[in-house]
Amino acid sequence: MSLEAQTIHRETFVINLGPQHPATHGVLRIKLTMDGEYIYDAEPVIGYGHRMHEKMGENRTYAKYLPNTARMDYVAAMFNTHGYVCAVERLAGITVPERAEYIRVITAELNRLASHLLWAGAFLIDLGGFTPLLYTFDDREQILDLLESVTGARLTFCYYRFGGVCNDVDDEFVAGTRQFISRLRSRMPMYHALVTKNIIFRKRCEGIGPITAADCRRYGATGPVLRGAGVAYDVRKAEPYSIYPKLDFNVPVYPESDCMARYLVRMDEIVESMRIIEQALDQMPAGPVMAEKVPKFLKPPKGECYFNVESARGSFGVRAISDGTDKAYRLKLRSPCFSNLSLFQECSRGMLLADALALLGSLDLVIPDIDR
Amino acid sequence: MTILDIQTRFQAIHGAAVTETAHSKHGVHLDVTVTPDRIPDSARLMEEAQYTLEAITGVDWLTEKQIEILYDYTSYASGTRIAVRTRVPRDNPEVATICTLHPGANWHERETHDFFGVKFAGHPELTPLLLPEDADFHPLRKDYGT
Repeated sequence: MSLEAQTIHRETFVINLGPQHPATHGVLRIKLTMDGEYIYDAEPVIGYGHRMHEKMGENRTYAKYLPNTARMDYVAAMFNTHGYVCAVERLAGITVPERAEYIRVITAELNRLASHLLWAGAFLIDLGGFTPLLYTFDDREQILDLLESVTGARLTFCYYRFGGVCNDVDDEFVAGTRQFISRLRSRMPMYHALVTKNIIFRKRCEGIGPITAADCRRYGATGPVLRGAGVAYDVRKAEPYSIYPKLDFNVPVYPESDCMARYLVRMDEIVESMRIIEQALDQMPAGPVMAEKVPKFLKPPKGECYFNVESARGSFGVRAISDGTDKAYRLKLRSPCFSNLSLFQECSRGMLLADALALLGSLDLVIPDIDR
Repeated sequence: MTILDIQTRFQAIHGAAVTETAHSKHGVHLDVTVTPDRIPDSARLMEEAQYTLEAITGVDWLTEKQIEILYDYTSYASGTRIAVRTRVPRDNPEVATICTLHPGANWHERETHDFFGVKFAGHPELTPLLLPEDADFHPLRKDYGT
């Protein structure tokens, strides 16, 4: 906070950011208590999009709940479905055929690319730069076309099933994905020239919105927010699942803890995801894409388990408790955005409003994922 | 602090039951059950060990007339997961807040209060977070809506 703001007699006023505001990317309201241009207190008010997904998990069968999972974080829906099917598979002791695991990783990483590209465009709009969105959406559109050709949906994929995936990928998808990767790779220098090196962008991001590693730990923040604070934590490495241990990829880390660090982490993750997809395409074996003898009405034995996946926004966790019937007794969904937003009140204190909007944008929030 | 140290420290807490679990089967390395009055002690231990609180949630065990409160911890450094659980009576579910130890617990406790009606004693603002501001119901209780 500026020296003036600290010493002059404080007269605060309250303004609402949202619930309908372009900078909040959804129905999020932030009750701002302002001291001039400086934030004295910013209280996020959430729940406008609350649909009680956890209750729905208890009153419908395991399979009927699958479409729900794509409607929480609709920007990166694959990860939520991935976490859910893996939790149920762990509970029921189902082994997934190898080809299906490869397809899951390829489609999930494509979804991560789409999510990061959407974020990059939207984040720059928050900062006042309109043009990059047109480029990132151009690239993202091609991913959505690819995913639509195998899943039938462009956003709310319901592609993974207990024991595999519902559709095998064809040669056209494989060739299209390779072609897309080489195109996106050739466009990365353009993104860096257009955005990363842009002086206005740098001034809006460098040193702005510090979130330290200690803040992240105290609030449970994960994903690019945590890695942008210099902590190399990634669920894919910390608790390896699926075929990730077989693939060679790095966890990008930037210790600067500012908006720029979070931006650079995501840009590097785009490169790493492309590497993962290429390796997975090279190694993918032939074979079935669904496990045999998975019953239609799944009744996992009594028990409890937890499963975490690394979503585009951080650690997404599913805790499933079975009482032996065809419906879950309890289904807890741990959303990364919920924890990532919870630190905003503390970290935005004393910031300029315009800088706090950069901080908010750099958290990459998807509001229905917070509200569930 | 290694997982063995933590295990020893938990065993020193009065009334705690510590089980080592297979991560490949349950998703956690250590499962700890404590009595409700020992929740602040376990939170202090987890804070000392530099663990992060990932989520707090409840489970309504209708036939046992109990509500289970579950604290999921993880370590960024080692990737170890620890679940701490406790049970409180269903007709008076109350446990001390831990949001002074883990600021992130603030919202998780409010959410658990929304869904299960668990009172977190000492919580600065136990008002509805995800439910409407005048909500006086707890939808994840098993007898809700029947």
